[in-house]
Amino acid sequence: MLEFVVPALNLKAIMPQLLLALTALTVLLVDVFAGKEGKTSLGSLSLVGVAFALIALFMTRGSFESAYAGMLMADGFGFFITLIVCCVTFLTILASMNYERICPDIKAGEYYCLLLFAALGMSFMGNAGNLIMVFVALETMSISIYVLAGFKRDNLKSIESALKYFLLGAFASGFLLFGFALVYGASGTLDIVKLGIFFTAHPETLHHPMVLGGIALMTVGFGFKIAMFPFHMWTPDVYEGAPTVITGFMATGVKAAAFAALIRVFFVGFGALQVDWTAIMWLAALLTMTIGNLVAISQTNIKRMLAYSSIAHAGYILIAFVVGTDLARSAVLFYLLGYAFANIGAFAIVSAMGKKGEEYSKLSDFCGVGFKYPFLGLMMTVFLFSMAGIPPAAGFMGKLFIFSEAIKSGYIWLAVFGVINSVISLYYYLGVVVRMYFQEPEREISIITPAGTMIAALSLAAFGVLQMGMFPSYIWNLARESAKMIM
Amino acid sequence: MNELGFPIISLVTFFPIFGVLILMFIDKDAKDTLRGTAMVFAMIEFFISLPLLFSFQNGTADMQFVERYTWIKSAGLSYFVGLDGISIWIIILTTFLTPLCVLCSWTYIEKRVKEFMICLLLLETAMLGALVSLDLILFYVFWELMLVPMYFLIGVWGGDNKIYAAVKFFIYTAAGSVFMLLSIFFLYYLNHKTTGVYTFDLLELYKLNIPVSIQFWLCIAFFISFAIKVPMFPLHTWLPDAHVQAPTAGSVILAGVLLKMGAYGFMRFAIPLFPYASHKFTPVIAVLAVIGIIYGALVAMVQPDMKKLVAYSSVSHLGYVMLGIFAFNMQGVEGGLYQMLNHGISTGALFLIVGMLYERRHTRMIKDFGGIAKVMPIYATFFMIATLSSIAVPGTNGFVGEFMILVGAFRTFPIFAVLATSGAVLGALYMLWMYQRVMFQPLDKEENKVLKDLNAREIVTLLPLAILVFVMGFFPGYFLRKMDASCEHFLKTYQQQVAMYEQGLEESGTARLTAVLEECNLKSTLLD
Repeated sequence: MLEFVVPALNLKAIMPQLLLALTALTVLLVDVFAGKEGKTSLGSLSLVGVAFALIALFMTRGSFESAYAGMLMADGFGFFITLIVCCVTFLTILASMNYERICPDIKAGEYYCLLLFAALGMSFMGNAGNLIMVFVALETMSISIYVLAGFKRDNLKSIESALKYFLLGAFASGFLLFGFALVYGASGTLDIVKLGIFFTAHPETLHHPMVLGGIALMTVGFGFKIAMFPFHMWTPDVYEGAPTVITGFMATGVKAAAFAALIRVFFVGFGALQVDWTAIMWLAALLTMTIGNLVAISQTNIKRMLAYSSIAHAGYILIAFVVGTDLARSAVLFYLLGYAFANIGAFAIVSAMGKKGEEYSKLSDFCGVGFKYPFLGLMMTVFLFSMAGIPPAAGFMGKLFIFSEAIKSGYIWLAVFGVINSVISLYYYLGVVVRMYFQEPEREISIITPAGTMIAALSLAAFGVLQMGMFPSYIWNLARESAKMIM
Repeated sequence: MNELGFPIISLVTFFPIFGVLILMFIDKDAKDTLRGTAMVFAMIEFFISLPLLFSFQNGTADMQFVERYTWIKSAGLSYFVGLDGISIWIIILTTFLTPLCVLCSWTYIEKRVKEFMICLLLLETAMLGALVSLDLILFYVFWELMLVPMYFLIGVWGGDNKIYAAVKFFIYTAAGSVFMLLSIFFLYYLNHKTTGVYTFDLLELYKLNIPVSIQFWLCIAFFISFAIKVPMFPLHTWLPDAHVQAPTAGSVILAGVLLKMGAYGFMRFAIPLFPYASHKFTPVIAVLAVIGIIYGALVAMVQPDMKKLVAYSSVSHLGYVMLGIFAFNMQGVEGGLYQMLNHGISTGALFLIVGMLYERRHTRMIKDFGGIAKVMPIYATFFMIATLSSIAVPGTNGFVGEFMILVGAFRTFPIFAVLATSGAVLGALYMLWMYQRVMFQPLDKEENKVLKDLNAREIVTLLPLAILVFVMGFFPGYFLRKMDASCEHFLKTYQQQVAMYEQGLEESGTARLTAVLEECNLKSTLLD
């Protein structure tokens, strides 16, 4: 008789993700069965779920194993990415609970459910040990985000945003999948670790057209998700149209997850080819940050401006990617977290700038906000200065780690271009501060007083930004430890 | 830990932050409470900084009151602070000027008093932090942090063209300093390569021997950053804009302390870290300093706006400071340091004086005044004292500083010293001419006839400065003694280092020559 062995379920390895998934399903069920009162608690329910996922995550800290036949890597690197994702999701949910009052469309069970599933996808992208797993996680995340981007159903821009993101995203996924297929054809495996072993053992296959073509196509696919030049064109339109809190979620969570997958696939899988892709990525980093910063200057809508700024930040992170040492990867993790706090915070403030059915996202709407709404103004200033890399904020420390590592590894020109770009970016970040504090309001705007959840979200994000800027020791050591533990 | 067994420097540095926290909880409409609280904190701050001065050891060039805690161990970052004879007086100047700034803004600032006072106190912490930092990254953090409150001071409470001035100020300075940051990283990396230790500790990095070719590049990055701050010709263009637009308190701090940061940076960081490159750049700096002196004076002469005139006179005065430092002898360096203090006092006083007139008449144009001395005799007296100090009349502090600088400069580069002397003549010309046009001449404008003389608060603001002008003019010894040991040490290490590099270069040059000769010999023997 054929014996069937039940594979051991390693629940510990996927505990945080499991909790996220369970919460998402619970939210969906509560939405169906609970009455009107139950619906208002969906946000809180999701919050609790994410909080539990965070606790579970810290309980698995230090684990270093591959589970489910190599499909999943429960290692330090995945740990840190999941940490970023959980923080981002937590803050997004908090901000959404306030945003519900401005944009009633998102007041639905599906909203929080999709948010949690997107987070699940992101987390798995950071943990994926197999190219197929990368793809499945990427799609879980992307499809949820496509829907979320179009959640303002009767708003044309939102629909445009969703459609554009979906169409281009589908193409990008196609590229990515085709790249995986070519690599599989050349090496006979989809397991990332085995790919690395294969290429070390057979260096003659490294420059086979199928491998090179596969890598090129994968670069396109990942480049699209991280908004790398020249695959960044969709970013401003999608960011502008999507519900504002979702934009913040996309700009931070999606970027972190895509960078995680990019780093794992390229460094673990194709580490032997590093010399070859360095030159291309060098140029991509330079162009990504320069174009992002230059175009951001001329924007009149703050969401578009922040979209271009997020492109520029992808450029800075690519510098560390090019450098490619252990410390540089730690710097990527640190930077991603610091950037996530600042960016989520900034988008949360933009999302708070509105009243029922109307949002103020033009830059000129920010005139005089600093003194009219002192708390929002102060918080925005902290976040913008962090993104501009002014101490003592997380952005400065992140740039310090990236640029010092670049100099150490001899990428002096890249570091020089990086700091030149930081100075360019000052101009438009300061521009918002100038409007908030130095100019008189152009028109009367009145916004709904931010709810307690919004204040909590902003305070937490600002705490994160300042903590990482002034006492970075803990997070930096965590990032170093995590980056070392990559399988 | 240190001489006092107490983290006095940290207390002095971060005490204004307590003030900020208290101010945050005061109602923003209780303006007098806000002003009073800020004043109390600024005064306490001044008094707790005095022990630094009194327990300062004159005889040693070592860092004093040192505190050191780990910040990020793995990256070699530490919270490392201390002071020596180079920084002690600038620190005292900072804590001394801040209460005066609060006082002079008492009625000048009516709008958003709370935020104003918060910015002022934050700025004080940032400036003190930059002056005591002995860890390069810590220094950079405070250095950049100084920009933020100043940016708000100019941008929120400034004049008509405030946004342009504030953004220009910020971007100009930040652009200069990011290259310094890269240069710091390079030093960090170089230090690790030679000693195997990751550290940003300034005193450790002093010991580093940097290959000459690299040294020049690193040095240029530091120089540009500090030269913008000083500001040296031709990087000075942000200064007149910032000064003219800033509120009086902002101008006083800007002139009194922020500009000193540049010159201080040269003495604390750029020159000791890159002695050989500094040595090679000396002629360039000296030429730029002399151009600054004369150009600043000439441009000041033709200004119709009193504040702009004083701003350009700063360019000229800071030129003297740089000339003195780069003379690299005892008189020059000490004179430069002394002139930094003088400039803080005399130019600070001048900005206060111009601000007081502006508060009354809402104009700063020289042509709108005339005969003011008749209606405001007390004002005229203070104005005269500040003017005399600024043009370095014997008996005032300015004389001591300028004299020492010129003596020092004359020993090193006589021609430049002669040219610089013409700046002193021009200085007397534009200051006295302005004084004459504003204070004397017929009192023919109706608005000017009813001007009130200084009130008690304004007298209290100006009196300490006026007294210091004479104290520093008659008893420079007390001030200079505290600088002696550090300046001597600064010069000695500089000269040793330069000699060492030159010898090293010579040796390597000889080695190369010998190698070539040997090769030739070899070839000739082969041919034979």
